[in-house]
Amino acid sequence: MEKLDRKLGTLSALPILTILLISFIAPMLVVAVFSVLPRKVFTVFHMPDLSAYAALLEHGYYRSLLWAMGMALVSTIILFLICWPLAYGMAKVFKRFTLVITIAVVVSLFVSENIRLFGWVLTLMKGGLIEGHWRAWTGEGFDSPLYNVPIIIFGLVYVYFPFMLFPLAQGISMIPDDARQAAADLGASRWRVLREIDLPLAAPGIVVGSLLSFVLAAGALAESKILGGQNVIVIADEIETAFTYGQDWPLGSALSMVLIVIIAVLAIYGISRVDLDAIMGKKGS
Amino acid sequence: MSSEPILQLENIVKRFDNFTAVNGINLDIQEGEFLTIVGPSGSGKSTLIRLLVGMDEVTEGTIKLRGQRIEHTPANKRPTCMVFQSLALFPHMTVGQNIEFPLKIRGEGSDKRRARTMELLKLLRLPESYYSRNVAQCSGGERQRVALARALAFDPEILFFDEPLSALDYRLRKTLEKELKELHERTGKTFVYITHSLEEAMVMSDRIAIMNAGQFVQIAVADDIYARPVSRFVAEFMGEVNLFDVEGTTSGELHGNGVEIHINGQADEFGISLSTGEMGVLMVRPEFVRFISSGETSDFVVRGILRAEYALGSRMQYEVETADGSKLTVENLREDRYRGDIGDSVVLGWDIESTHMIRE
Repeated sequence: MEKLDRKLGTLSALPILTILLISFIAPMLVVAVFSVLPRKVFTVFHMPDLSAYAALLEHGYYRSLLWAMGMALVSTIILFLICWPLAYGMAKVFKRFTLVITIAVVVSLFVSENIRLFGWVLTLMKGGLIEGHWRAWTGEGFDSPLYNVPIIIFGLVYVYFPFMLFPLAQGISMIPDDARQAAADLGASRWRVLREIDLPLAAPGIVVGSLLSFVLAAGALAESKILGGQNVIVIADEIETAFTYGQDWPLGSALSMVLIVIIAVLAIYGISRVDLDAIMGKKGS
Repeated sequence: MSSEPILQLENIVKRFDNFTAVNGINLDIQEGEFLTIVGPSGSGKSTLIRLLVGMDEVTEGTIKLRGQRIEHTPANKRPTCMVFQSLALFPHMTVGQNIEFPLKIRGEGSDKRRARTMELLKLLRLPESYYSRNVAQCSGGERQRVALARALAFDPEILFFDEPLSALDYRLRKTLEKELKELHERTGKTFVYITHSLEEAMVMSDRIAIMNAGQFVQIAVADDIYARPVSRFVAEFMGEVNLFDVEGTTSGELHGNGVEIHINGQADEFGISLSTGEMGVLMVRPEFVRFISSGETSDFVVRGILRAEYALGSRMQYEVETADGSKLTVENLREDRYRGDIGDSVVLGWDIESTHMIRE
């Protein structure tokens, strides 16, 4: 019986495996192959070399990579700090009000990211919604916060908010209340309960939320383009340019490979540290 | 010093919106005592214990620990601790880390913590190798001992228990009941235990407080509560019982409600007489009722028909139907079992010493 179940399981997983192989693994292989070809070639029939990777250092592409990683890291930390209390409330305190918050956050996803970011531009630009009204009432204007690093980070935090909030709420809901109460009963202050009980037990949610936010933010492009006005160029922007205007597929592939490898290492490390079954639902026993 | 109670509860009240869960509890708990609070589910006993450990705030009343008021002190600042019904072991910690937790919070060094943990493992008869074992790998009984060890590591003034044995199977529960009693004697700590199981309460406690609808109905030693309950509720709660509504008559005899009860002894002497017109409930436990053969005599006599026989292991239980249709329960040791058949007309009797009058 069990054997049959396993056979059926493998069989039903086959279609999705095929699709994943064709649509996900195959393009990655193509990118991997192109990344080791000489610069600016469009076929694979060339002697492989590492010139595209060398450009990463020679032409300062590493700076774009560092900017993307740095801003992703900062936005992930900020997201964690602002989402924790809200996620905590959603998981443990708000009860039915949680649904209202969930709907409110999900509805924001119904509008395209670019449109929402342009909305912020209109709100924050000089002569926009805020500064324009302020100047009309007081007669004095002020500089727009747009086209700067902090506003890009704000954009990342704003756009990837749900990707941190929901996994975190899920993780926090897995903390047994009695464990928290027992810790307090054994003398732990709120701070110690947070450190000794809440954070370790919510770890799967923290890891999933942080990975999602970080990976998405590290590959994000619209925030730095629209809100940042290309004041800083992030790696995703460079990749796009290399493949399009630059007509340099090997360079684009090499930059992509570096990003993919960094993110894969982070993701595998993060996931290996926590019990994902706990958050994705228990395996049948 | 020993005469002053360690914990004094004065008029404790806890209300949730319109619902009063705990309604005017007064109790003095003596140092070193094993007190059990017994009540059916919904009687407010769990709410009461949460108030005592500081997980909920009292609506009214005072709690004094060695004369100091603590009712507004949060749980983490109270020198008491509780073993949870769920045990509430920390799933991400090993057995050793669980037990060390209160010591770590207190800021004790790792050598000292480890030494104390080893002592506690020994005290609770867990192998030292369990120090680094995952709590999920422990059996129900072992988890129980880990929870106890963790509570003892905290070194509380009073140790509270919220039905910690209720999830275990019968045999393990029996073993742990005895171990807990023994642990109480060895540590000399004050134990306050909550359960809905009367048997558990009787095996372990010095004193039992029976709780119903947010109030204590009776507080006494186990024997007293069993033999001399103050109300029908307590009598029925404390296991199988035969109760008869009776009324005092002018002749000084008792008039049974429907059932004919013949009393041959002196009711006055045993405090079971009623004045004329006074209502009472006459109580006798099934194990004191016996089948009497012709020629034999007894203080109380009731006639009926044997309807059923159940084997309870070491004892036999019988159901006898009286003329008015009410049922009597009789329990005998297996070797004293009734030698007859279902449907027999039988005469039941018991002595006046085993009888108790409940005046409500």
